[in-house]
Amino acid sequence: MRLTLHIWRQKNAREKGRMVTYELDGVSEDMSFLEMLDMLNEKLMRNGEEPVAFDHDCREGICGACSLAVNGIPHGHEPLTTICQLHMRKFRDGDAIYIEPWRARAFPVIKDLVTDRSALDRIIAAGGYISVHTGGVPDANAILIGKEEAERAMDFAACIGCGACVAACKNSSAMLFVAAKIAQFAYLPQGQPERKRRALAMVAKMDEEGFGACSNLYECEAVCPKGISVSAIALMNRDFIRAKLTEVPQKTTAGGG
Amino acid sequence: MASFFSFLRSSILSKVVMAATGIILLLFLIGHMLGNMQMYLGPARMNAYAAMLQGLGGALWIVRAVLFLSVVLHVITSIRLKLSNMAAKPSAYVRKKWVKATLTSRTMFLTGSTIALFVTYHLLHFTFKATHPQYAGLRDTFGRMDVYAMVIAAYREPLISLVYIAAMVLLGFHLNHATLSALQTLGVNHPKYNGFIEKLSITVSLLIVLGFISIPCGVFLEIIKPVQATVAGGM
Repeated sequence: MRLTLHIWRQKNAREKGRMVTYELDGVSEDMSFLEMLDMLNEKLMRNGEEPVAFDHDCREGICGACSLAVNGIPHGHEPLTTICQLHMRKFRDGDAIYIEPWRARAFPVIKDLVTDRSALDRIIAAGGYISVHTGGVPDANAILIGKEEAERAMDFAACIGCGACVAACKNSSAMLFVAAKIAQFAYLPQGQPERKRRALAMVAKMDEEGFGACSNLYECEAVCPKGISVSAIALMNRDFIRAKLTEVPQKTTAGGG
Repeated sequence: MASFFSFLRSSILSKVVMAATGIILLLFLIGHMLGNMQMYLGPARMNAYAAMLQGLGGALWIVRAVLFLSVVLHVITSIRLKLSNMAAKPSAYVRKKWVKATLTSRTMFLTGSTIALFVTYHLLHFTFKATHPQYAGLRDTFGRMDVYAMVIAAYREPLISLVYIAAMVLLGFHLNHATLSALQTLGVNHPKYNGFIEKLSITVSLLIVLGFISIPCGVFLEIIKPVQATVAGGM
């Protein structure tokens, strides 16, 4: 295959980026999209040019590191597929392909196609966990969980935190990500004690990090490589509204015992 | 006042305010449209209805206050959301392709702003009669405000009819996304009811828009005729 690649090149966070066009010949249709970029980088390095920086890790669609907007769609046009799992047979010989980094204020470009997505980590640190005692391993079935509840929690726990939802959103909203991280605990007994606190803390952190609000376009759901449903966002809103309505001011709890 | 507007600092609370005020305004639109349908029942019914509304006194002012507050909150919050959403996406994609987001859902601020301009004109036109002071003198045989004659006089001006119809089409675009969106924001999303909610929201927005548009069309097609012609017809 012969391809024309239009790739976003940006030296560092401070400098302005621009699209640069590369011609790449001899691409095999059995290559993954990232292998095709590897091939381009080898060619660039042979010519003494700076290779294109892009994020990748497991290359099997489970880590959430890869993050490219291809022809205007995060992770490319193939549904339920990370860009590392997209193969070149999904493109045609002679295609022009536009490759850009995730675009959001909360995801500043570090270099070329690599963005800093640590804002998502900070939202998790704000409340995307359950507090447990350390010590002996708990008995596997000490807490009974229904099959349906377990499956539903797993559907939301499938989120790999890649940030495609933010990248696809016209408002760069992280609500699908945050909602998935809230919903995965909301269906489990272990998630209940901190449920309200979690919703308040994670949403507050999300707002603080400069993500936009949800306009219910559902573009996030369409591009999510794990098919996280926007019903998570409705659940997050319910949890957040309930927590806001029943929030006890900090002053009165201090002396309450 | 500052604490009253503190909801604007939270993305989800801002969205809840958008949804709640939007639903109030949607309910008003349903009532307004059903009220307008009395144009088909002749001047007696229409003018009696208008006189009844005017005679509500305190209740009318409560409704007006709720609507005014809803509009103000809806507009202020939409501007806050628009600004912060734009700030969250400072650079656009060189090439962008939408997979699922519909055109109507992506243009809510645009259709909303146009509707706000239209509502201002609509109030100046029919409520305050600022654009057409001659409407104020229209009285029916009972000495009531002749709303029936006023509406016909208005829609016999093609430009006014076109403006109203165009505004209603944009309102339809706005409502098409609004109803579903408001319910999702308030947490109403369940696989068992989503299909029904979707059909309901499309039906409601379509009925509102078609109902409103039918009045200028009815005047143009002379289904809705001035009072003299109705009397001559033997009513």
